[in-house]
Amino acid sequence: MSNAPADLRYTKSHEWLRSLADGTVEIGITDHAQHTLGDLVFVEVPQAGRKVQAGEACAVVESVKAAADVYAPLAGEITAGNERLATQPETVNAQPYGAGWLMRLRPAPGALEAAQLLSPADYEKVLAAEES
Amino acid sequence: MGRQTPLYKLHQELGARMVDFAGWEMPVQYGSQIGEHHAVRRAAGVFDVSHMGIVDLAGVRVRAFLQQLLANDVAKLKAPGQALYSCMLNEQGGVLDDLIVYRLDDSWYRVVVNAGTRAKDLAWMRTQATAFDVELSERADLAMLAIQGPQARAKAAELLAPPDAQAALALASFLGRQLGSWFVARTGYTGEDGFEIMLPAAEAVSTWRRLNSLGVASCGLGARDTLRLEAGLNLYGSDMDESTHPFESGLGWTVAMEPRERSFIGRAALEAIVKRGSPRKLVGLVLEDRGVLRGHQRVIVPAGGEGEITSGTFSPTLERSIAFARVPSATSERVQVDIRGKLLGARVVKPPFVRAGKPLVSLATEAKDLP
Repeated sequence: MSNAPADLRYTKSHEWLRSLADGTVEIGITDHAQHTLGDLVFVEVPQAGRKVQAGEACAVVESVKAAADVYAPLAGEITAGNERLATQPETVNAQPYGAGWLMRLRPAPGALEAAQLLSPADYEKVLAAEES
Repeated sequence: MGRQTPLYKLHQELGARMVDFAGWEMPVQYGSQIGEHHAVRRAAGVFDVSHMGIVDLAGVRVRAFLQQLLANDVAKLKAPGQALYSCMLNEQGGVLDDLIVYRLDDSWYRVVVNAGTRAKDLAWMRTQATAFDVELSERADLAMLAIQGPQARAKAAELLAPPDAQAALALASFLGRQLGSWFVARTGYTGEDGFEIMLPAAEAVSTWRRLNSLGVASCGLGARDTLRLEAGLNLYGSDMDESTHPFESGLGWTVAMEPRERSFIGRAALEAIVKRGSPRKLVGLVLEDRGVLRGHQRVIVPAGGEGEITSGTFSPTLERSIAFARVPSATSERVQVDIRGKLLGARVVKPPFVRAGKPLVSLATEAKDLP
């Protein structure tokens, strides 16, 4: 039932990463994560310029029933937060891997290599383990 | 593995996300929680509330027993089928549970209690009942469905034979009636019109399916919570419990201090509270900024003092966040709420927030509205 596109990498805490042509990475939450949370009603994204550490809580996604932190998968500097989500948080439910991205980040030197990221197949295994 | 209602398999079949609720495996949502919420405000939805405890009380002195047991006065129930909302208190005035009591006949009453408190309630009631020679029986043979929304009564009536349908549609608010194997009551927990139906467990699945086929949406506990909060209805364990009394829980209206000669459990404690005044009260909050109010967030009162959110959510009808908060009694107009270290402004209002599909609080957007 999950949907994990092949061109992305993932974290155990249900974020995804896309490498962009300009060397930055785009980060969002997975289809599984948005489905588990349910209808999102509030999203708070970081400001451009903020420096974050790997594992640091840097965004918040809230559904009707729960709030969840989103963690930076690697260290770096935020280059953009998705401003559209301020008024249209439901975009994350509708297009978790597209228009519902949360933030873009320029990795600190070596951070991308040091990050513990999962392939789509390994992320599917994490999901399967959670289900059981 | 939690306890299961007679509808458990059907919920799974319908694709519900199941969660543990007070030891029961219950559906939190079938699809979109907001969609289910709107279905109830605009048309009709059905909820499985079979996890709640249905307890029949029988005996010639049952009325005297309930007058002693409950903070509201069952003497208000004049006719068979009438229902009353009441708190059941301990001697300190703390709320053991909130419940609905129906008068079925002179020597037979029925109470519906919360799932999370049913074992505790039953033990308490049995202890108190011995002096009155009242017999308690839990009706595990019954399932309970809540059908709620502007179209709910008409849809539910389609399931009944014509004479019973007419009788059901003729029920006034807070009145119930046995119609064949069903007990049909015009009650609910959503702020909309509708019925709560207690029926033999074996009929629950087919009834649910027929309701679905009439366009009544399956609705889970998630929508039930946003609907009840909009409707200004308390949730036991969040908005009140044994450590809080009715006057600081927005439930003073349910306590019958008159007639003064009626003794009931908790009365002496409540009289002392009335005399000195309650230092705290329960109010409604509407968040003026973006964000979501949640239980246990800190409330800062400009006049001095602090309070706490008891339950909060995003209101799908108002499209902003609402909450109940227990605050110092002098609180008025505006407060601030600490959400993850940020202080956001909220307006103090008198619940309910929404009734019969209509917003009851002003949504006048102020300077701090969305950009």
